[in-house]
Formats: sequence, structure tokens, C-alpha cells
Amino acid sequence: MDQNRKAAIKLTIARILAYLFVAFFVILCLFFFYLLLISASKTNFQLQGKFSILPGSNLLVNLKNALNDTMINIPVGMMNSFIVAATSAVLTTYFSALTAYATHVYDFKFKKLVTTFIIAVMMIPPQVSAAGFVQLAYKYGLTNKLWVLIIPSVAAPSIYFYMKQYLEATLPIEMVEASRIDGSSEFGTFNRIVLPIMKPALAVQMIFSFVASWNNFFMPGLLLTKPEKRTVPIMISALRSADFAKFDLGKMYMFIFLAILPVVVVYLLLSKLIIKGVTSGSVKG
Amino acid sequence: MKEKKRSISYAKWGYIFIIPFFVVYAIFTLYPQLLTFYNSFFENYREGLTQIGPNFVGFANYVKLLTPTSEGTIDILKYFGNTMIMWIIGAIPQFVVALLLALLFTSTRLKLKGQGFAKTTIYMPNLIMASAFSMLFFSLFSTVGPINQILQGLGWLDKPFDFISFKISARSLVALMNFLMWFGNTTIVLMAGIMGIDESLFESARIDGASSTHVFFDITLPLLRPILVYTMITSLIGGLQMFDVPQVLSKGIGMPNRTTFTVIMLLNNYLGGSKNYGMAGAISVILFIITGILSIFVFKAMNRKEA
Repeated sequence: MDQNRKAAIKLTIARILAYLFVAFFVILCLFFFYLLLISASKTNFQLQGKFSILPGSNLLVNLKNALNDTMINIPVGMMNSFIVAATSAVLTTYFSALTAYATHVYDFKFKKLVTTFIIAVMMIPPQVSAAGFVQLAYKYGLTNKLWVLIIPSVAAPSIYFYMKQYLEATLPIEMVEASRIDGSSEFGTFNRIVLPIMKPALAVQMIFSFVASWNNFFMPGLLLTKPEKRTVPIMISALRSADFAKFDLGKMYMFIFLAILPVVVVYLLLSKLIIKGVTSGSVKG
Repeated sequence: MKEKKRSISYAKWGYIFIIPFFVVYAIFTLYPQLLTFYNSFFENYREGLTQIGPNFVGFANYVKLLTPTSEGTIDILKYFGNTMIMWIIGAIPQFVVALLLALLFTSTRLKLKGQGFAKTTIYMPNLIMASAFSMLFFSLFSTVGPINQILQGLGWLDKPFDFISFKISARSLVALMNFLMWFGNTTIVLMAGIMGIDESLFESARIDGASSTHVFFDITLPLLRPILVYTMITSLIGGLQMFDVPQVLSKGIGMPNRTTFTVIMLLNNYLGGSKNYGMAGAISVILFIITGILSIFVFKAMNRKEA
């Protein structure tokens, strides 16, 4: 009896400590977002003065100022980013799935070589091709063109790898054969039978690739030099050069808020799917 | 006979379906990569409005990269060191905290509630635009920012502390951001790893009266090792590519005194203004070789996991 009570007390203490530990990191993560949110709602005067943990009253004014800024045209930036991120997401998932399907279903001579090659180049950092890419873009006058940032997403080795694993786990070959007997063309089978089966995988990879593209700074920063072609990360990094003695800080926090807002909204809507997606694919538990 | 003929006729579809991938890969990735390597043996840059080269110079770019400057430092090694130091300051707490959180979340003894919310929150920074996150931290930690206001309000500081003008605090800020962006991701990956361990192993250990510490060191940790190694090396490869956060925080100059300047920031500098494809090429080749060596360890870890 006494032994049991001791164990119960020990467990309760362990539980309290565990909750405190988890809570600390949860609060740490929320803290910075909370600071961003309240700062984006304050006037420049409130931000310069004494710190208050409460939100300010200037949210809509800051939003209006940020959207109408003449130096940093954030609506255009968000539009450019959206165009690049959305089309990249669609292309990268579709063609990765198609390539994975080809090496999963068909037997052809170089199949093993193709698969090995894609997996071998998976780890090469994207920056390794940057020098050549920038050189070619300047040589052929392809700077400030959004499609130059979109088309390369057709060939994404890591997404191919994910799709391949997904197909291996979910697609029975009999299904493809049944579709053939029904008179479906090979391309039709992929589009009408296989893609619907792959929906969960497509959704996960579309989200991750949209987010990666939305946040991408390095290559767009080197290729998009015209203000009207800039994407959001380039505009945000330009804020760093602003003269903070003169710059409206409320507006600046609003810019940051707008830059991360789309991803946060998508995340809050689909967090379960996204968190599941973190562990599937290359890292199998 | 008929069967065989059919399977042969389908093979061509395999080739057709991989065409888009390989054409795009060849033009937009492979060709630029080969061009990068090729360029590393040429002198090719702009000085003002004058174009110098391209002239074949052999290994001169590599030699220049590894030659000490007038101040006696080898820049690329210094920047490589900066990158690794900032990675390590962030990665150590990242793995320790992630491992502890993963153990707490998967503990059948503690049965913690509210895990969904906790996981959702700690993973969120992983998806946030790194450049915006860095700009946020710059503003929050500036001398007039809320962090200084709070610290002064609490009486811990009597005058504002300029975080980005000291080596230790500037590097720590970069590391803190990397930590915040990645510990949630690592927690989720390690949790999956722990949950993948055969439950009966824990069961029998418990029946044998093994303590939690014993279970951790004798069952969980050894079985988790391949995944731990995998995540650590991929984190290291990611760390080598560190760019957005220090670039924005230090306005692209690696302040103070180039102590937060990274290898990719150097690459970016060569590609930005002077269009120095020779030096940029040499840096890329070195990055490629280091990553290649590390990747071999990744594949080894992956294979062991599947075995």
C-alpha cells in the first residue's frame, strides 16, 4: 500500500516536470510569434516607447501602410511568390509521381540505372549548380523571368524518392493490368487510376514544395533584380537595409507578418497532414 | 509468347514517362553543375564594367581560395569554421531537447495530454520563411526592440545590449533561430523512430524490472542510433548550406567582423556583384566534395536501418 502511494507520488512529480518541460518549449515558440503579432498592431510611437505585452490599436493602419508602401510593393511580391510556389508545387508533384510510376510499373533496360542515379544525386546541395545556373541565366537573358525558377521543379529527386516509396507501398500491379484490360491507355491509366490513389502523397508533397518555394531566398535573390519581379523573401531582406531611425516599425512588423501569413494559415488548416508527412518518405520509423 | 510480347511493348512507356524529368534535370541542374565545375578552372569575373576572362588558370582559383590573406587567415576556412560553430551551438540543444521531448511524448508511463497542440506548435517554426524569421529576430533583439525593453524593464540590463555587434551573441542568435526552426522537426522524426521499436522489448524489460534509465540506454538508444545518425548528418549537410538567417541578420556582411559569415554567403557574394564564376565554381566544388563524403554516411545509416 505504502509502496503504491510512493510510486503514485513519484509518477505525479515526473508528470508535472514533464509538463513543465514541454510547456517551456511550446511557450518559447509561441512567444516570438506573439511578439510579432502585438508589434504589428502597434504604432511606431508605441514601439519606440515603453514595452507593453498587450496588442496595440494600429493593426489595420499598419496593414494599409504596408500594402501601400511605394518602396516595397508587398502585394506584387506576394503575387510573384504565389505564382512561383503554386506552379512549382503542381509541376514537381505531378512529374515526380510520373517518373516514380515509370520506374515502378514498367520494366525497361536502364530502370535500375535511372533509379540509382536519381537517388545518388538526391543529396547534392542545390547551391552546387547555382554558379552555372546564374551564368546561363545572364548569358541567355533569362534573369527576371519567373518561369526560370519554376521549370527546374519538374526534376526533384527527393520528391521522386518519396513518390516511389509511396507507390511501392500502395499500388498493386494488378490494378494497372485491370485498367489495361478495360482498354485504358498507359497515360490514361496514370492520370485516372494512379493519381487518385496517390492523392495523400501528392497533397503532402504539394504543401512542402509550396512552402519551400515560398520561403526560397538564395536563387531568386540572384536572378530577380527588377523590383516588380521580386518575391517576398527578397523584399523582406531589403528591409534590413532600411534606416530604422526613419522607418515606421509598425509597418515593418506588418511586412514580416504578411510574409509568413500564408504558410501559417495553410499550416493551421492542415497541421495533422503536414506533421504526418514529416516522418513518411525518406525517414521511415 | 504473347505475354512476353506485351511486356516488351510496354517498356517504351517507361522511357516516355521519364523524359520530362530527365530533360529538365539535364538542362536545369546537370548542365549548370558541370558548367560550375568547368568554370572553377577559369578566371572569369567582372571588375566594374570590364569583363576579365574567361582564361584557363588550372587550379589557381582553388589555390587562391586556400591561400592566407594579408591578415594571415584563410578566408574559406574561417567561414567554414563560422558555419560549423553556429551549426553546433544550435544542433546540440536541438538534439538533446528533441530526444527528451520524443521520450516524454512516447512514454506509456507518463501518458502526457495535449500532445497534438504541443507538436503543432513546436513544428511550426520549421515552415516559417527563414529570411523573415531572421528579420523578426533582428528587430526584436535590436537596441530599441522589445527584448531589450523587457530586459531593461526587469532590471536585468541598465542600458540596451546590442546583440548583433558581439561575436558570441550574434552567433548565438543565429544558432537560436536554427534551434527553434529545427527542434520540432527532429522531435517528430525521433518520435517516429521510438514508436517503431518493437513494444514487446519494452514490455519484457519492464517485467524484468529494468529502470527507465536502463531501458533508455540499453534498448531505446541503441535501436534509435541509425535514425539519430541519419538526422544528425542530414542536419550537418543542411548546416553547411546555412545562408538565409545570417545573411539577413548581418545585412550580408557577417557582422561583427565577418564572424557570422558563412560559406554560402561567400558563394552569394561572388555570384552577386562581381559575377566571379571562377571562384564561385571552386567553392561549389569544395561544397560538393564535403557533402558527397557526408552523404555516404547517410546512405550507410539508411541501409542499416532497413536491415
